[in-house]
Amino acid sequence: MRYIEPHAHMVSRTTDDYVAMVTAGCKAVCEPAFWAGFDRSSSKGFYDYFRQLTEYEPARAAKFHLPHFSWLCINPKESEDIALANEVIDLIPQFLDKPNVLGIGEIGLNKNSRNEMTILERHVDLAATHKQLILVHTPHLEDKLKGTRLIVDLIKSDSRIDPSRVLIDHVEEHTVKYVMDAGMWGGITLYPESKATAPRAIDILETYGADRLWMNSACDWGVSVPLAVPYAAMEMRRRGYDDDIIDQVFYRSPVAFLRQSPNFQIDQTKP
Amino acid sequence: MKPANPQSPVDLYFMDARSKLIDIAAFMDRVERDQATDDFRYQAFLKALKELENSDRATAVLRSLSDPTSELIPAATTKAACGAPPPADS
Repeated sequence: MRYIEPHAHMVSRTTDDYVAMVTAGCKAVCEPAFWAGFDRSSSKGFYDYFRQLTEYEPARAAKFHLPHFSWLCINPKESEDIALANEVIDLIPQFLDKPNVLGIGEIGLNKNSRNEMTILERHVDLAATHKQLILVHTPHLEDKLKGTRLIVDLIKSDSRIDPSRVLIDHVEEHTVKYVMDAGMWGGITLYPESKATAPRAIDILETYGADRLWMNSACDWGVSVPLAVPYAAMEMRRRGYDDDIIDQVFYRSPVAFLRQSPNFQIDQTKP
Repeated sequence: MKPANPQSPVDLYFMDARSKLIDIAAFMDRVERDQATDDFRYQAFLKALKELENSDRATAVLRSLSDPTSELIPAATTKAACGAPPPADS
């Protein structure tokens, strides 16, 4: 099979993971900027991180013949410090013309606070001003339903944003309809303990279709599985899906969204 | 979206669901033995279990375990989520 890993924090992973992903059929990996597991002490830490995402990590992935793309932002977990967040956002435009940058992400909300919303509004404005795709992180657990509504409503209210250029990630059964009804794309994250399992993700596809949904591992430094996407493909085979639908779900659909960025260039003629 | 060769969901998933059901039962026994039933998370868990009696269960359980408010909070005092909305006075 061939597949796209649309959301993976590879700076947290080992080269063994690159080997396993490429062996399983991964044709491209996309890495949103995120929280490091600790708060960075200044905007200089983000400058270095953006260089890592746009220079060093693509070079590391290339050693395994895997195209690497990135998204830039300050994660909502660090948005409570408004002054720091504004400094970081001011750094982003100088990186937007790097060849592997797909857009602004993963932006969003974490605890649904006023400061998080202020910084989300700045990110959305940045994406609109620079005509960038948007990748959104929705909050965890009890905060997800409320946060998803707040995020979708904010983006819908900005007439400069085409909803088909927005992906709302980490959808679950209680939030996916709100995203689909808004004309946006949804991402289903496959985690062992939270978010969705492969059987639930396939249930969601069977309910809403695969036209504007993708699956990702969101693997990072926490409990996560870099091969969760091909494992979900295996689960679809168990349910009786054929190769064509599996290729649609795990390759052609994510490519359809990602190629809205002119920087998403991969050789689609390779098997 | 439907598979070309559909398989019985009971054949595929009964044993897995059976295992998880027993895990839930054992979890509830454990919480009772340790007299931790007053924890707001456990109370939310009991409330969510009632959603299994109706249809569209996954959505209903997730909604039951969600913050029901719609307003932004003044400030985030933690980064973590705990899986159930904390009591209003916490």
